[in-house]
Formats: sequence, structure tokens, C-alpha cells
Amino acid sequence: MSIDTAPTTSAAALDATSAAATRRDILHRLLMTLGPILIALVIAGCILLAVGVDPLAYYGFVLEKGLFSPLGIQQTLTRMAPLLFLAAGLIVAFRAGMWNLGGDGQFLLGAVTAAASAPVLVQIMPSWLALTFSFLIAMAVAMIWSLVPALLRAYQGVNEIITTLMMTFLGTSLANVLVKLVFRDPSTTVPQTRTLPVEDRLPRLFETTITSGLLLGLAAIIIVHLVMTRTAFGLKLRIVGANPRAAVHAGLGVSGLTVTVFAISAGLAGLAGAVDIIGVQGNVRADWNPAYGLAVIPAVFLARMNGFAAIGFVFLLSVLSIGGESAARRLGVPNHFTLVLVSIVLIVLALAEYVDHRYNQSRKA
Amino acid sequence: MSGSSSSSVAGRDIVALEGVTKRFPGIVANDSVDLSIRPGEVHVLLGENGAGKSTLIGMLSGLQQPDEGRILVDGKPTPITSPRHALALGIGTVFQHMMLVPTLTVAENLLLGGPWWQRPRTEELEARVAEITRSLGITVKLHAKVSELSLGEQQQVEILRAMVRNSRLLILDESTSMLTPKGIDELGALMRRLVEQGLAIVFITHKLKEAAAFGDRISVLKLGRKVGEIPPERFRALGEQAIISEIVELMFGKQKDDPEAVERPVRTVRAEAAPLLQVADLAVAPTDNAPGLSSISFDIRPGEILGIAGIDGNGQKQLAEALAGQRAATSGSVRLEGIAIEALSVGERRRRGLRYLTDDRLGEGTVGTFPVSINFFLKQVGAAPFWRHGVEQRGEIDERAAQLVREYDVRTPSLKTPVARLSGGNIQKVLLARELAEGAKVVIFNKPTYGLDLANTLASRQRIRDTAARGLAVLLISTDLEELLSMCDRVAVIANGAIVGTVENTDDARTRIGRLMIGLAA
Repeated sequence: MSIDTAPTTSAAALDATSAAATRRDILHRLLMTLGPILIALVIAGCILLAVGVDPLAYYGFVLEKGLFSPLGIQQTLTRMAPLLFLAAGLIVAFRAGMWNLGGDGQFLLGAVTAAASAPVLVQIMPSWLALTFSFLIAMAVAMIWSLVPALLRAYQGVNEIITTLMMTFLGTSLANVLVKLVFRDPSTTVPQTRTLPVEDRLPRLFETTITSGLLLGLAAIIIVHLVMTRTAFGLKLRIVGANPRAAVHAGLGVSGLTVTVFAISAGLAGLAGAVDIIGVQGNVRADWNPAYGLAVIPAVFLARMNGFAAIGFVFLLSVLSIGGESAARRLGVPNHFTLVLVSIVLIVLALAEYVDHRYNQSRKA
Repeated sequence: MSGSSSSSVAGRDIVALEGVTKRFPGIVANDSVDLSIRPGEVHVLLGENGAGKSTLIGMLSGLQQPDEGRILVDGKPTPITSPRHALALGIGTVFQHMMLVPTLTVAENLLLGGPWWQRPRTEELEARVAEITRSLGITVKLHAKVSELSLGEQQQVEILRAMVRNSRLLILDESTSMLTPKGIDELGALMRRLVEQGLAIVFITHKLKEAAAFGDRISVLKLGRKVGEIPPERFRALGEQAIISEIVELMFGKQKDDPEAVERPVRTVRAEAAPLLQVADLAVAPTDNAPGLSSISFDIRPGEILGIAGIDGNGQKQLAEALAGQRAATSGSVRLEGIAIEALSVGERRRRGLRYLTDDRLGEGTVGTFPVSINFFLKQVGAAPFWRHGVEQRGEIDERAAQLVREYDVRTPSLKTPVARLSGGNIQKVLLARELAEGAKVVIFNKPTYGLDLANTLASRQRIRDTAARGLAVLLISTDLEELLSMCDRVAVIANGAIVGTVENTDDARTRIGRLMIGLAA
């Protein structure tokens, strides 16, 4: 092999060559990400044409409503807050090699507990303290909810993809039951929790309608990114994710780390629910399930579990979902076309990855 | 089948390998192997795990292509490009693990692989099967589900499948590993009848007794090289015991002009020094796929190298893992400098100076996608000065990593290179640097030169000698007798998870160890 014969040079020279390689690498990454997205837009455009919708008009509405209109961009940024928390939770889990697909159940349970606790707590303590407690309660409940898949995976080796998905069905149903039977607001006929007064919700940013939850979400995902890449704890999780046998060999407590990962991931999903309720919605209506948890997964994958890239993709997802809702109404395209678009992006991206890999292989050979 | 004309084609190779070499990253799996496979012969391929048998079969059955050398079919150089091509050439393979669909019937399994646009030709198949089974004297229940058959019966179905497809060469890969003793005898008889019909059989095994009982010709593989062959004339002339001892000589014996052979330097171990590592009555429960350990006891003094010899898979890995703390022991004690450590965790044992250099370099020794620099510190994550308050100190890590790269002569394009891209020898250097760095007192080496080229083998051995010379206690687990004899002070022999004897490394050690390994008293 050629590597065998490469002379061992000093560390400084090694770093100089690798810096150029890193730049090339980033450029390549960028091309491999944006290229497929453009191709996907073209393919989705063809589908729109086939159903008799002008794709340019559709994309135009999406951009106008989701990005360029003042109200639209504010909605987009507000939507980002819960998505960022969910993305942060997924990054922790995916980097540690654990597929927490139970985000929606954890999200809803967090949302319901926040909605149930916040209106009560604000009456007995200062608003900031009450909201903090609500956040903590939501986080704790979501963490407890993740214990079943976490313990099964850590000590019995049960596949967490199945268990978290099953727990998410149970979680959404339980959240509904709680809204209808336990936390139902007695003063309305609509099955929903008591509403947190607007003045007690998270403050809005400046003179806009953007929730300050956005800042919390940004902080969460950046902290998660730094913890995963810069700390010993993050490295331990990444070792478990990249090679569990090496983790055992290196003496890491894999079972304990597994439970921790689930707790952090679910806790962040619970916070996502809380930030959506305390910041924006104010209450939880029965049967409310925005299914953000599953929508965020592709964004995190596209970002390759990089926190900063994930911010960008979550923004894109928000634009698409806010703009897509509006464009769907005006052009008669089903609302779910946003999902079709996102999945086309994913498939094209996977294909591009495969082609790139084959190309690299054949160049090496 | 063209079996009746066996005598006329006998003596000519159906398939021959000429100088076939196959490399994988970091490992030479087959090193210019020559092999001739003739009709009417059971050709036994003998070798330990990792000797290169599976790769050789992979190339014969079209799964892999040789890097050098060529394969001749009927005397003509023929690249075997795919398993389908191999079947078309008449090469049928019965793999170690059953390749039948358990929910289908035997007949359905035999019909798999036919053209998809045709209806399965069941009547034709039944006639063929009847003809073949009659001539072989076996019975096959065509309409039974495969899952209802015993392993031995399933194997007969696999052989039958190869016959239905007009195979002239049948490769049996470790076919006896899952059979009962009776099943093994039946398989032997079946092979005999098959070769009498003019078929050629390649029979892969690592059991000496089967090789001697069923073979006509034996080729011995060792670390990818063919180290010897016993042709049929010689095979018939020798008795079973003589054949076994000749195989043992081939597998474990000293070879002429072996460049690895180094005279053992005379090292003096102070006999009065207190042992660094004391193991007493260590036992480990067996698991589904690994043997257990029982009553393992030994001491290692400072500066001493104790070897563990034995045929692969007799509990070597379990011993290493139990000592390192990766595998729970059911009883027994392990003392490091007199202090019991058997209840401590992997990390705590390491902090006290017990180091384990694993033989599975990519599987558990390293994280392949992580950079070289981080892999130096996998077992110290969070420790100062490389992490302060849990935060990575990239400067400190890179500085120390660069130092280790120089000190251990790791050839890497950069510190950031993913470690899996390095060759096996360089990955081993990363592991050596990690385990031998400051604080080591007792080091367990598990097959430290397995799969390495000569230069790296010699370099690794020198590291191990230096380690002992520094006054550390060394446990050297190896399946290479030569290696043990050239380095150890004493050699313990492990068989079926128990130490069957310990031999001082004196002049007659080779024969005494060899006898212990095949189950005779030293």
C-alpha cells in the first residue's frame, strides 16, 4: 500500500497538507449536498407539472410565504424553535449510534406536561421561575418515558428502533388521554388544556412575533454540537456509536452511556414540546400532533449530524413547511407535498453518495 | 454425470492454482499458493483459522479474484468471475454455514436458481435426484421442509444440489464443524463414493484426524502460505499416526531458511523476584460460540515472557479478555503486584498497569473512522493533560500523538487520517504505542504478529522483547510456535480452555509443546 511507503514527516508538515485537504473536503461536501437538493427540486417540479401545477409558481409561493414576506419569515423562525431542540436530541442519539425514533411521543408528553404545569405555576410564583419549572418537568417526563427503550437496549440488547417507535404510539395516545381526562380545561367545551396567558409566555424578540424560544433552540443545538465534538463525554458517546466493541475494550461503561444518551435525547425532545407550548401555542388541544419529530430526522441526516449544518437544514425545513402550507392552499397541491419534496431530496442525496463512493473506489483501484 | 470415465481423466488437474496471491488491506491472505486438484481425489486443505483457507475457497468459487497468479480450469487459464460462472465451470461449493432456505422444501431449494421465466421442472429433478441418490446410496426426502432435516441431512442436500448442477469439483468448507461424530463418518463415506465416481473434492478442515482419515492428498496452509503437501503415494504409505505427526511437523515445525527464526537471546529472569501477575484457578463459563476456561493458573515475574501456545480457538481470547476484565470470570483470582484485581473494571485494571493488546485491531482495538491521534488515547478519554475539565485539549493531544508517531515509527499521511486507512502493521504500531506508554506493568499480547508482513513482525517482536527487558511481565499468546520459541522464557499450552502443561523453553521444548498441543503428554 502506498501509505506504507509514505515517509514520516514532522507534525507541522502533516498539518499543512491536511489543511488544504480539509478545504477541499468542505468544498466537496458542499457540492455533494447542494447539488442533489437542486436535482431534487427539478424532479419535484416534474411531479408538479404532471399533476398540472406550475412548479415555478409553487416554488415562488413557498419562497414568498416562507422566506420573503415579513410575516412569513417570522413564522418560519418561530417554527424553528421546537425543531432545533428536536434536532439537538437526534444529534446526540445518532452520533452515539442509537436510533431514537420516539421523538414525537417524547415531544407530546413534554408539551402536555408543560401545558398542564405552566398555567398553574404562574399563579403561585414569578413567571420566569414558573416557566423554568415547566421546562424541567417536561424534560423529566420525557426522560422517564425514554427509560423503557433505554434499559431494554442497554441491558437486553433489544433494538431501540422498534421500541422507540412503539413507545411513540403509546406516548401520543397517553398525551391525548391526559389532555382529555386529566388536564382538561373545565372552562371550555373544547377538549384542551388550560391556556397560558399570552403575557406569561416566552417573550417575543424585539417588535416581531418571533418567539425567544428560537434563541433557546439555537443555544441547545450549539451546546450539543460542542459537547459532542469537543469534550471527553462527547467522544465517549461517539466511540460507543462508531464501534461499541472498541468502547467495551477501552473500558467505557456502555450500558450507562446508553441510558444517558436516551435521557439526553428524550429530554431535548421534551424541551421541544415545552418550548412550543410555552412560547407559541399556550395550550395543547386534544389530538394535536404536529409530527415534528419524524420531519426533523431527514434534516439531521442531511446535516450529517453536524449541529451548525443542522441549523441551516432546520431553517430550510421551516421555510418549506410554512411556505408549503400556504402554497398548498393557493395552488390546490396537497399539504403533504412538502414531505414528498423532502423525501425526494433524501433519495437523491443517498444516490449521489453512492455514486460518489463508487467513483472514489474506482479512482483508487 | 461423466463419472464412469474416471480412470481415463485421473492424473490430470481439473483445477489448478499457480502462484495465487490475494491481499486485503494490511494482510496477505494467500501468498503465491500452488494447488492441483485432480478427479478421484479428496484434497484436504488443512490450516488454522486465518491460514487463508476461506480466501482460497472464495477465489475458487468466484467470490473473489486473485491479485496475482492464475487459476487453470482443464489446463486453460480461466478467471472465475462470479459464483454463477464457477457453477457453470462445474465447481460447486458447500459453505461452512448452511445456504438452504429453511422454509422451503428440499425440492424447492434444489430448483432455486433456475431461469425465472420457466416453470420449475419438478419431474425432471426427481428423476435426476433418484439417479444420483441411488448411485451414492443415500436417501433424500425431497418433499420435506429443510427446517425439519438434521444438519447432516441438510449437508447431504447441499452436496446433492452441487451434483444436480453437474459439478465436477466439490468444495466442502469446514463441513464437519457442525456434525455429530456419526454424521462425520457418514460424510467421510459419502466423499469416498463421490471420488470413486470421478469427482474431485476439496475438503477444508482444521482437524488433523479427519484430514488423515478422509484425505488422499493433504496441503497444509500456514499464514497464507502453503508450507507442505503430502501426495497420495506418500499418504498411502504412511499410517494414520505417522501422517498426523508429519502434519504437526508441517504446521508447527521449524522451516528451513525461515527468515523469522531468531535465536532466543539469553535473558536472565531473577527467580527470586516476586511475581507481577499471579493467576490462580481462573474459570470462565462457556458461551454459545466460545469455549469456557477452567482452572487456569500461572505466575509471571518481572522481565519474564510467558507464552501461551495452542491451536486457535482453545480459549486464548477468553483468557486475555478475562484478564483484562472484558469477560466475567466465574471464579479464581488475578493478582497484580500482589493486589487482587479480579473484581475491578477494565479501566481500573488499566490504570493499575495491566495492558491488553488485542488481536482484533480494527474490530475492537481501534475506531476505524477516528483519526490516528484520537486512537492513541481511546483508553484515556477524559484524562489529563489531554482533557481538562472534560474539554478536549487538541494541542496536547496532537503534540503527544506526533511524539508517539515518531517514537513508534507509525507511517501515516497525517495525524488526522482515519486509522482504518493505515496498513495492518501501522495500526499495530498505534496499538503498541497506546498500550506500552507510561504506566504499564503487565502486558498481554494476543497474536501480536498475526497478519503482519515480515518487517512489521520483526519490529513487533523486538518491541515485546524490549518490554520484557524493561522489567515488565509479558503474557504472549500466539498460535505461531516459532514465535513463542524465539521469545518466551516458559510456554504454557492451552487446550479446550485449560492449561495442559507448562514447558521451560529449553532445547527440546518444540517437541514437548507439539505433543501437548495434540493432546499427548509432554
